[in-house]
Amino acid sequence: MSLKPNAKVVLEVRDLQTYFKTDAGIVKAVDGVSFKLHEGETLGIVGESGSGKSVTNLSVMRLIPSPPGKVVGGEAIFEDRDILSLSEKEMRSIRGAKISMIFQDPMTSLNPFLRISTQMVETIRLHNKELSRQEALERSIEMLRLVGIPSAEKRVRDYPHQFSGGMRQRVMIAMALSCNAKILVADEPTTALDVTIQAQILELIAKLSAKMGTAVILVTHDLGVVAGMCDHVCVMYAGKIVERAQTATLYAKPAHPYTEGLIKSVPRMDTSKKGERLYSIEGQPPNVIDLPPCCPFHPRCPKAMEVCRHAYPPLRDLGSGHEVSCWLYVDEKERVYE
Amino acid sequence: MTKYIINRILGIIPTLLIIITLSFFIVRIAPGGPFATERNMPEVIKRNIEAKYHLNEPLIQQYGRYMFNVLRGDLGPSFKYKDYDVNYYIFTSLPKSIVLGLWAMAIALTFGMSAGIMAAVRQNSWVDYLSMGVAVIGISIPLFVIAPVLQLFFAMKHKWLPTSGWYTTGEGWKSVILPAVSLSFAYFADIARLTRSSMLETLRSDYIRTAKAKGMKSSTIIFKHAMKGAMLPVVSYLGPAFAGIITGSIVVEQIFRVPGLGKFFVQSSFNRDYTLIVGVVIVYSVILIIMNFIVDLVYAQLDPRITYK
Repeated sequence: MSLKPNAKVVLEVRDLQTYFKTDAGIVKAVDGVSFKLHEGETLGIVGESGSGKSVTNLSVMRLIPSPPGKVVGGEAIFEDRDILSLSEKEMRSIRGAKISMIFQDPMTSLNPFLRISTQMVETIRLHNKELSRQEALERSIEMLRLVGIPSAEKRVRDYPHQFSGGMRQRVMIAMALSCNAKILVADEPTTALDVTIQAQILELIAKLSAKMGTAVILVTHDLGVVAGMCDHVCVMYAGKIVERAQTATLYAKPAHPYTEGLIKSVPRMDTSKKGERLYSIEGQPPNVIDLPPCCPFHPRCPKAMEVCRHAYPPLRDLGSGHEVSCWLYVDEKERVYE
Repeated sequence: MTKYIINRILGIIPTLLIIITLSFFIVRIAPGGPFATERNMPEVIKRNIEAKYHLNEPLIQQYGRYMFNVLRGDLGPSFKYKDYDVNYYIFTSLPKSIVLGLWAMAIALTFGMSAGIMAAVRQNSWVDYLSMGVAVIGISIPLFVIAPVLQLFFAMKHKWLPTSGWYTTGEGWKSVILPAVSLSFAYFADIARLTRSSMLETLRSDYIRTAKAKGMKSSTIIFKHAMKGAMLPVVSYLGPAFAGIITGSIVVEQIFRVPGLGKFFVQSSFNRDYTLIVGVVIVYSVILIIMNFIVDLVYAQLDPRITYK
């Protein structure tokens, strides 16, 4: 949460487009996403299922299953290079070493056939060739201790099925950070976990990323998680970022009607009256196959206007990095469409 | 684990006793008998023959006598072949069938698994189509077509390999190649298809995505991370397949004149050769039981989530 002013940008994604070819047509899962990630920052990416938040990160990691998926446009600048155009070999030296990733379901994300030690040592030695097996094992144990695995020197010999879900996610975090990654991409890291464990895991990610100076991209659909963890938030809808702001600004003054709806639908202890029904946004997210030029949110939007049906709204800066893509913030004179 | 192994081995005994009992009675229910011929046999001769083979005794007494002999390791005299007893026929032919089966299985495993893995890794490429095409051919073309074609090409036309025989006769180990290759075809096809589908499934799993996200090379991912999981269905297929390949090689044995067990498996039932049928059934069951036992042990070795107590 402590973002220094003028912090260096570690990752800049510009106009990323990832399409999937399906029998029904081309699915524009990510369509023109741009964001900057600063050193030591935690960036939240929020959105409903299918809004393209996971695909954005898998695209940056170049892990989109291809076919059917393909990154068709844009760039991702990391250490002065566009990692979207690197060779597979160069990319491998970045994955797991400089940008690592943890996933939604810790129950299936670890290889059930290999010991934790095998899986951790291979990662460490892959990116630190000078380390011996023994040194790598020691480093693994140290990492497991760091993420709070009790009697780590014994448990490192265990298989994944001998750990609980929360413990497995801790192992995943230990593995992801074992090579001092610059960026940790956490793709819904707590969705599959117990509510009581969720807080612990988030706290652990926050603590370790601060300690190791790792920038974090936190993908989630839980606005409560974002509020506690992130410096900046991007709100995604139908493959595009519709609003971005500092977390405090976003909660205090949500600009996009979609963000407003999302925030209203978070249950609150302090202001909600007893017996009051929870707010929910009407309707379903749109099918992103062959989307006509329009604001994809307009069928569900309480403030929809005629222009929303005919053209995609441009991005407008509301000051201090608060950007929103909605016709409400465009001068009436400029609301033109063919 | 040791306790489990001992328990499993002890469990073989009652299983076998039940199999022997069932097959003893079932073959006798079948119409006809070992000495039923179209010509009418004089009553005296018939009675003499039946007395010689104890067929005139009540069935339960015959069963008791047979069981007693089996437990001593004697499978009894053959009802059809007069020269030797069942033990001799089985134990001279079984090793040949096992050798042929092992060779065929080794060929099927090596090529089947490599073809399956390559097809899965390069899904929808020409490698995939080629290996799956060969596999479909292996499944759909019967052995009695494949084997003579191989004989014609490799033995008759180019004279690289002998047409028939066994390694004890004349040409040595060379004579094993053609029958083993012919026999392996169907199993190659099954193994290739099985490996491909389970490999594809494994490669789509979450933990393979993790391995990729860690920066692993695809060769390491395939052989270190995906192989164990992808092998499980193949391993469970191997148990029954191996029992089948040893006893079911009748066609290949006939075509290549291999003096194996397959011939007895088929002819003993035609001849109602009661003792030989039950003898071959015992051999088949023992192989099947042992193979399934080995498969279970290998399974536990591959998958750490499985433990036996």
